[in-house]
Amino acid sequence: MTNVNNQENIAIRTVNLNLWYGSFQALFDVNLAIKQGIITSMIGPSGCGKSTVLRSVDRINERLGYVRIDGAIQVLDKNVYDADVDLAQLRKQVGMVFQRPNPLPISIFDNIIFGHRIHRSPEQKISRSEEEAIVEAALRRVLLWDKVKDKLKRKATLDLSLEERQKLCIARLLPVKPAVLLMDEPCSALDPKGTSAVEELIWELRGEYTILLVTHNMAQARRASDECVFMLMGRVMEHSKTDDMFVTPAKRETADYIEGRYG
Amino acid sequence: MHPAATIDTNRFGAEAINLKNAQVQKLVMILLGIMATVLVIPVVMIVITLIQRGGPAISWAFLTTFPSNGMTAGGIFPALLGTVWLVAISLLASVPLGVAAAIYLSEYAPQDHWLTRVINLATINLAGVPSIVHALFGLGAFVAFFHLGTSILAASLTLAVMTLPVVIVASWESLQSVPQAFREACWNMGATRWQTIWHVVLPNALTGILTGIILQVSRAAGETAPIMFTGAAFFLPHLPSGVMDQTMALALHLFTISTQVPGVPDEIPFGVALVLFGIVLVVNTFSIWLRMYLRSKKKW
Repeated sequence: MTNVNNQENIAIRTVNLNLWYGSFQALFDVNLAIKQGIITSMIGPSGCGKSTVLRSVDRINERLGYVRIDGAIQVLDKNVYDADVDLAQLRKQVGMVFQRPNPLPISIFDNIIFGHRIHRSPEQKISRSEEEAIVEAALRRVLLWDKVKDKLKRKATLDLSLEERQKLCIARLLPVKPAVLLMDEPCSALDPKGTSAVEELIWELRGEYTILLVTHNMAQARRASDECVFMLMGRVMEHSKTDDMFVTPAKRETADYIEGRYG
Repeated sequence: MHPAATIDTNRFGAEAINLKNAQVQKLVMILLGIMATVLVIPVVMIVITLIQRGGPAISWAFLTTFPSNGMTAGGIFPALLGTVWLVAISLLASVPLGVAAAIYLSEYAPQDHWLTRVINLATINLAGVPSIVHALFGLGAFVAFFHLGTSILAASLTLAVMTLPVVIVASWESLQSVPQAFREACWNMGATRWQTIWHVVLPNALTGILTGIILQVSRAAGETAPIMFTGAAFFLPHLPSGVMDQTMALALHLFTISTQVPGVPDEIPFGVALVLFGIVLVVNTFSIWLRMYLRSKKKW
């Protein structure tokens, strides 16, 4: 896990990010630089703001209506809060994986091709076999192809295990070629076996995508990330190489959290 | 204490307080059960009365011929057909409008906006308006103001206004029952609200919307007041030739021959009632069956 990145390209950069839910301030001057192509995990006690950061990157937070944001979030050097940013385009390039796997109640095939279908123009004709190739590639990428290739027409919500559903939810992001994958505790609904399978998959995707992984599970952060961000009370306390943070945390609070003194 | 000393006594035996609690529980269960059963009695009595007294009137000819001898004999064909007309056209008007309104309220309207509150308030109040008031509204609005005259169209639109709030509420509820996670999944892939609604929300809400609509069939078929002033006639010697004509209708026909026409043999009004009741029963049963069938196919 050492010397994982020689490139120092920054995929996501937050600049003095402050965020309020109504009158409650959830983020205080968050300055983060998430490097391209690696896995960065975010840890911290419940309510520390790690999910809020995640949900601000693809701007899904705004739907709540009472969210106010100050500062900037640059994804691939473009501030996503600029007026000329189209949400559909943003979310095409920044995919989100949720805590509870949420495949759509349509067939496995349609789930995978869904994003591709909504993002292509009506003039852009695409043959069935091209679609099949896209679906197969995405499912192979998440190591699910062999398990589901015979039931692509079955509803995705019917007989897949939670682990398989979560892999499906990752796979459906891939056909539109996102640059960033945001994962909000992607394994917390899974059993240990499923967790390790999905962790392996996340590790497998490393390099090709910039992955920002929010987790409650410190062992997971340690196993499955290159860098780690520790947040507390809406502030970034520490951001360093995962190995360094878990061995020699720079801050007292980080050490306390890692050792389980609060959380 | 030695373990052996307690070995024969039942440590879980009931005490007086437990026995009393058990008695109260049993009593309450029986009382509630009786009350729940009581509500079946009127239905059973209505069915028995209708079949006993109206059954002899029912025949193929009864359903397919005109009334004769000043409505004291013959069939109910024009009334039956008129009811079908009225129900069909009223749904044609209320369903697109109601479903569209429900989609707006459920998927687009900001929850805390004054307009949303006004629409919600209007819907609830519209649902509470007595049918005779709808009748007067229909008379004023459709018959007089829009110059539709007393016609199938005016009567259908009046029925549509009456059924509209229920269509909206039923559609809204079934849209709301589609898990939020599906919408979030779509939005996070960059789908617009409309793409989300069209591809995911509507297909999954369709069952509930359909059921809500079908239940309005029986309601529209049974109402008398809203059509009385707006398009339904006591008696017409011929079938309507278009939506601008008046028509007979089952519910009004029943009212007419029961109260306005002397010398009608008993089995005819009961026969009409039986037909009306039969339509309602068939439609409702179908709707319940459809709901169960579609639900059993829907899993997430």
